[in-house]
Amino acid sequence: MLAEIGQFTLAFGMLLASLLAALPLYGYFSNNEKFMHTARPLAYLQLIFLLVSFLILVALFISQDFSVAYVWRNSNLALPLRYRISATWGAHEGSMLLWLVIQTIWTAAVAFYSKSLSRSQVARVLSVLGIISLGFTAFVFFTSNPFLRSIPAPFDGNDLNPLLQDVGLIIHPPILYMGYVGMSVPFAISIAALLGGKIDETWIRWSRPWTNAAWGFLTFGIVLGSWWAYYELGWGGWWFWDPVENASFLPWLAGTALIHVQAVSEKRNAFRGWTVLLAILGFSLSVLGTFLVRSGVLTSVHAFASDPKRGVFVLTLLAIYAGGALFLYALRANKLKSQGGFQLSSRETLLLANSIIFSVACFMVLLGTLFPLFFEAFGKKISVGPPYFGSMFFMMMMPMAVLLPLGMYYRWQKDELTRVLKQLLPSLVITLVLAVVVWFFFKPLNLKASLGVFGGAWVFVTAMFYLKDYKGKLTRAVWGMQIAHIGVAIYLFGVSMTEHTDFEIDSLMNPGEVKMVQGYAIEFKGVEVKQIENYRASQGHFVVSKNGKIVAEMNPQKRYYPKRGNPMTEAAIDPGFSRDLYISLGEQINDQGGWAVRIYIKPFIRWMWGGGILMMLGGFWAASDRRYFRHAKLLKQKNIDKYLKA
Amino acid sequence: MTPTRKKRLMAIVLILLGVGIATVLFLTAFKENILFYKSPSEVLAGDYPKARNFRIGGMVKKGSIIKSTNSLDVEFYVTDYAKDVKVNYSGLLPDLFRDNQGMIAIGQLDNNGVFQAEEILAKHDENYMPPEVAASLKEKPSNYETTDNSNNLDKEDK
Amino acid sequence: MNKTVLKALIPLVLFLSLVFLLYNGLGKDTRLLPSALINKPVPTFSLPSLLNNKTLSNESFKGQMYLLNVWASWCPNCRVEHPMVTEFARQNIIPVYGLNYKDDDATAKAWLNQFGNPYSDILVDSKGLVGIDFGVYGAPETFLIDGDGIIRHKIVGELNPQNIQNELLPLIEKYKNTIK
Repeated sequence: MLAEIGQFTLAFGMLLASLLAALPLYGYFSNNEKFMHTARPLAYLQLIFLLVSFLILVALFISQDFSVAYVWRNSNLALPLRYRISATWGAHEGSMLLWLVIQTIWTAAVAFYSKSLSRSQVARVLSVLGIISLGFTAFVFFTSNPFLRSIPAPFDGNDLNPLLQDVGLIIHPPILYMGYVGMSVPFAISIAALLGGKIDETWIRWSRPWTNAAWGFLTFGIVLGSWWAYYELGWGGWWFWDPVENASFLPWLAGTALIHVQAVSEKRNAFRGWTVLLAILGFSLSVLGTFLVRSGVLTSVHAFASDPKRGVFVLTLLAIYAGGALFLYALRANKLKSQGGFQLSSRETLLLANSIIFSVACFMVLLGTLFPLFFEAFGKKISVGPPYFGSMFFMMMMPMAVLLPLGMYYRWQKDELTRVLKQLLPSLVITLVLAVVVWFFFKPLNLKASLGVFGGAWVFVTAMFYLKDYKGKLTRAVWGMQIAHIGVAIYLFGVSMTEHTDFEIDSLMNPGEVKMVQGYAIEFKGVEVKQIENYRASQGHFVVSKNGKIVAEMNPQKRYYPKRGNPMTEAAIDPGFSRDLYISLGEQINDQGGWAVRIYIKPFIRWMWGGGILMMLGGFWAASDRRYFRHAKLLKQKNIDKYLKA
Repeated sequence: MTPTRKKRLMAIVLILLGVGIATVLFLTAFKENILFYKSPSEVLAGDYPKARNFRIGGMVKKGSIIKSTNSLDVEFYVTDYAKDVKVNYSGLLPDLFRDNQGMIAIGQLDNNGVFQAEEILAKHDENYMPPEVAASLKEKPSNYETTDNSNNLDKEDK
Repeated sequence: MNKTVLKALIPLVLFLSLVFLLYNGLGKDTRLLPSALINKPVPTFSLPSLLNNKTLSNESFKGQMYLLNVWASWCPNCRVEHPMVTEFARQNIIPVYGLNYKDDDATAKAWLNQFGNPYSDILVDSKGLVGIDFGVYGAPETFLIDGDGIIRHKIVGELNPQNIQNELLPLIEKYKNTIK
């Protein structure tokens, strides 16, 4: 019964989405206030129905209703409650429903936080968001319905993939989807503006906090994904340039470019067309990401059960959204020409450079991800290895790190390089001192690591100086920017150290053996078998000491889940501020209890994620700047006056 | 030439230079990091990249896995049911690695025709075969013989 | 159309070529094309039966139109489609044979004991070599083979009322004259 109600609310949600897509837009084009008025209520109703649908699915999982095929496939009687809940979004159908619910949440949020805008503006934006949710609701309902029954009902379920029985699965997808889906808001705002035939600063100012918030979620989602892969996959990696990972990185890169170009196009009449294009690109990449992950086009560790039929559907959605948007963009191209002039030597140029760097990086990652597909058309099977992405990304980020402080210190419209450099001189000196100190402490460092450390120090020191020297009130926007940039610096330091000074060794260890690794004495005590929750584990016991004192006791596991044929590796991690110790078990090698063991020392790896968290916080903080609300109040007053005058 | 024009020219030259260097670096990085995929049949026919890493893929031949008891060395045969290639590897094996399972190894073929693997990937679930492996397996000739005699497969010659 | 608009159309053009490329990528997928074996003779095979001491080969099926259902005890979706297979077999339209794919005899038998055996007989393909010949990608998959030993259809994934109704039954009707 419950599953049928779930289907019904989903279907009704689809109806509401189609009304939201059509009515306000019709009202806009025919200048009918009544129709435009329907936008907000429809947005709220849509949210309610889809939320109910989603909660019903969760309830079906909690109550373990195996007559629902999706529940049966992803859960079983032995599954602990918390994983039963998160199993809701553990596979394709459920995760798509989650995506959908999040889309309705953002839509309702836009409906709520738009009091200052005119009726026609709100109608347009919400209708575009309605078109988006209509597409995805149809996708779920027609090709990926999680409520389908399987009769007769099996007594016990299949299981949730053990890799997903983890706290990471509970939080990573929802946060990441908040980011992916959030990019639909600047997209919708841009389309709405294009429909009206002009992009003025009202539109851009309105889209900035939304872009920052979506970007913040995306940043957090990526950080969570990386951290989860690190401790869950058991092999010490934290980023593999896997197509699914790239799928989340692409909208992030476009989003970063967008945030920085919005800074210009809001304040100056410049780059308006470029802003719109990046907003379209950002969301299109989100949809492209979903397509890549779910269609089976690219092979990947993370890919959901792939189905070409679903692939075609999503590809069609992508063609409609992005194709339609780009077509509209071309139609309105003439009206988007910016008037504001600026010199080559100005802040505008530097922010443009940033935008170009991130857009090029985005393109490079896209190329590397899609290249195997392109090559397959010629009959050759290839793959693009991580080193390509790594070295290309490094080449992009180095100029970015160098130019970042210049961008902050340059004045708008016209400035002189010599003046800016003179201002930056004290920071440069301190940076060099700091970099040299770090280098001495951690040497030897190869060239890449040294450059990374220097870049990080440069960004960090200049950010500090900027805050110290800032004239005027330190608003949330400025604080947010600095916090995010400091996050970049910390990230650069962490990634340089962990990539270039980490240590890895695979060895056969017999019980009682001690391995000396970078000053740590790691003693293997042996492996014992234990029964835990719903799995059986071979648990290793390692005692790690430094200078005679015990630093950590580490217990990596090899887990055997009953319904799965193959074992799962659970690494043991001793986290630290300056390093992570990481041990994972291979398999038993001989009858004396000797096991294959992998030991990692990863310096400063937490700084990477810490930097990412700071970036997220900076984004959220900037998004909450009261300037937007103050301006909204002014605008609201202006609209009221206009209304009264009319 | 006016100073502004000169400045602009300088800027353009610098940008072009930067783009040029970036393109060269990018193409080099790209070329060196494209890994070709070859089946055992292709490798034995000599069709594989020499002196650089490539991927070899197929099924782990049943019964061919030999693991050392005093080191992390392992050897096995990868097969596409037409030809077999011996693979040597030292290190931890992925959890999904076993007999009769699809796998992909990255490395080079040495002078003795043994594939020295740097990395072994067997990262799909039990029911999934990588498309590349499936495609190359389909092209096999029909008179392949197994070396062990259980479950006889009598194939008539066509 | 002036220069500005032309320049502005470039992103759209680039995007459409990307869509085309991706669509092609879908088409190349071996799972999308049912197989090159449609309307071709069944590959030669000879496999032991799971249920008795017989050996089953192409000869055993001459003159029969039948479904060959690829299944295994380790395959979760096979359990999902099992009621469907059972129901189809119960209706006695054409016999259903099983191809027990890359499985273990004892586990397979236990599976049948637990869920029921809808098959007229079951071929044991423990290495999956015959499956390779058939172009089997995984389980479950189902082949429709007519009385002349020609493969007329392949269903990748679970049998359900839709594909039975829309795909299998019309073809069974079309080739029923091959039944001897």
